[in-house]
Amino acid sequence: MQTTASNPAASTLQIAFSLNGQAIDIAVDPRERLLDTLRYRLNLPGTKEGCGEGECGACTVTIDDLPANSCLVPTFQVRGCSVRTIESVPKAELGPMLAAGATQCGACTPGVVMTAHWIKQHSQVLESQTLRALMAGNLCRCTGYDGIIDGVRRWIGGPQ
Amino acid sequence: MNVLMPTSLAEACTLCAKHPGVIPMAGATDLLVHWPLRQAEHDKSYLDLSKLSELRGVRWTADSLTLGALATYWDVLQDARIASVFPLLPDAARQVGAIQIQSRGTWAGNIANGSPAADGVPVLMAYDASVTLASAHGTRTVPLRSYYTGYRASVRKPDELIVSIEIPLVACDFAVFHKVGARKAQAITKVGLVITRLASGSQRWRVVASSVAATIKRCPTVEALLNTGTPLKAPADLSAAFAADVAPIDDIRSTADYRRTVLARLLFHSLQGVYDGAAAP
Ligand SMILES: Cc1cc2nc3c(=O)[nH]c(=O)nc-3n(C[C@H](O)[C@H](O)[C@H](O)COP(=O)(O)OP(=O)(O)OC[C@H]3O[C@@H](n4cnc5c(N)ncnc54)[C@H](O)[C@@H]3O)c2cc1C
Ligand code: FES
Ligand code: FES
Repeated sequence: MQTTASNPAASTLQIAFSLNGQAIDIAVDPRERLLDTLRYRLNLPGTKEGCGEGECGACTVTIDDLPANSCLVPTFQVRGCSVRTIESVPKAELGPMLAAGATQCGACTPGVVMTAHWIKQHSQVLESQTLRALMAGNLCRCTGYDGIIDGVRRWIGGPQ
Repeated sequence: MNVLMPTSLAEACTLCAKHPGVIPMAGATDLLVHWPLRQAEHDKSYLDLSKLSELRGVRWTADSLTLGALATYWDVLQDARIASVFPLLPDAARQVGAIQIQSRGTWAGNIANGSPAADGVPVLMAYDASVTLASAHGTRTVPLRSYYTGYRASVRKPDELIVSIEIPLVACDFAVFHKVGARKAQAITKVGLVITRLASGSQRWRVVASSVAATIKRCPTVEALLNTGTPLKAPADLSAAFAADVAPIDDIRSTADYRRTVLARLLFHSLQGVYDGAAAP
């Protein structure tokens, strides 16, 4: 698979991957970040952009079941992969997070939930790292973090 | 933008030869930072290595550990044997960004990026790692300690790819990784120090410093001082040796003075109880 582009804007790449469990096959601009493909091409605006440099985690999705910052992933790199976004997390699961004050303005929340959901599904990672260390890639300007950590603890059923 | 998507290493090498200046891409965690703002980068050609299964994962042989060029920090964190044999690899991996970076960032990308503040490189260097490079003309292996030739400059030729990193299975009886940053998580190193001591032999000490020179580097003068058992009574006793090995500067993250002071203190205090020549005050 190869694209040559003297006029870069005109070239596209055909990319097949699994998105929230459904197979899709789309044409993308080679310069497109997964974040932009999700928000602007696939109409899934739950994934947010904060910093655009991999620091804040607002754009967190999972790729082949590992958390990734979608602002740092060229869409062509997910060909053949399984991508999951915040839209795939059942709303009913989020009660404990909301109850603990884990969200205020909400800008960080989709990313926080994606990382927390991944930790919940892979609780063995808590054997070698603390919850706070595992959540260090999700910055929040509102809550002061305690609400987030309490909410995630309740959600995943760990010690309070 | 021109994206080349090879499906084998041989094809990747051919494409490198055919497209001079093509930019290899692995986890893209360095290449895509602030991507929309960096329009000039959009017109370049990229070689996507991410699907080359030959470059994936970690492998043990009888006398070495090999990290494929696509081995990520996460891959290293998943290998229980690495944690027991080379504990500084997971120590460093946990300190690189956060999980979202560790899942995609590669050790080879950390080497190729060439930042003097990198956290993977100093640990690999302290374990005497070497780097295997491949091109359409063949492969060669160079010791990581002599890989860099200057600020973000290396012996790697434009048509060469890093294909693997080899770490010899040599026992160490002491190993420590220090990263000093502005905060505990997600910080760029302002002073870094890795120390290892081989369990036997005569030149046993390895001292690798980061963020205090144009490249990450071994500190041969400091190592010689330790190898000869020179008595050390205070951090200041290390200053002259460090001055011969590193040249810290003032920049946005720190000052030369702070870096010099902290580097000597980190080493001095790390040696307490393990180095016969180091006397507690
Ligand atoms: C938020 C954030 C936090 C970070 N924190 C840290 C940190 O704490 N410590 C740290 O050390 N780094 C950190 N980094 C930097 C980066 O994540 C690492 O350097 C990572 O190891 C780069 O690997 P990659 O596979 O993503 O490289 P890429 O971005 O794919 O490539 C990086 C460079 O290496 C070249 N390259 C990649 N693979 C090869 C190859 N096989 N052969 C030849 N050239 C190659 C590329 O052309 C490019 O120049 C951080 C980055 C971000 C965005
Ligand atoms: S927008 Fe991707 S990490 Fe901040
Ligand atoms: S709730 Fe506002 S940034 Fe976290």
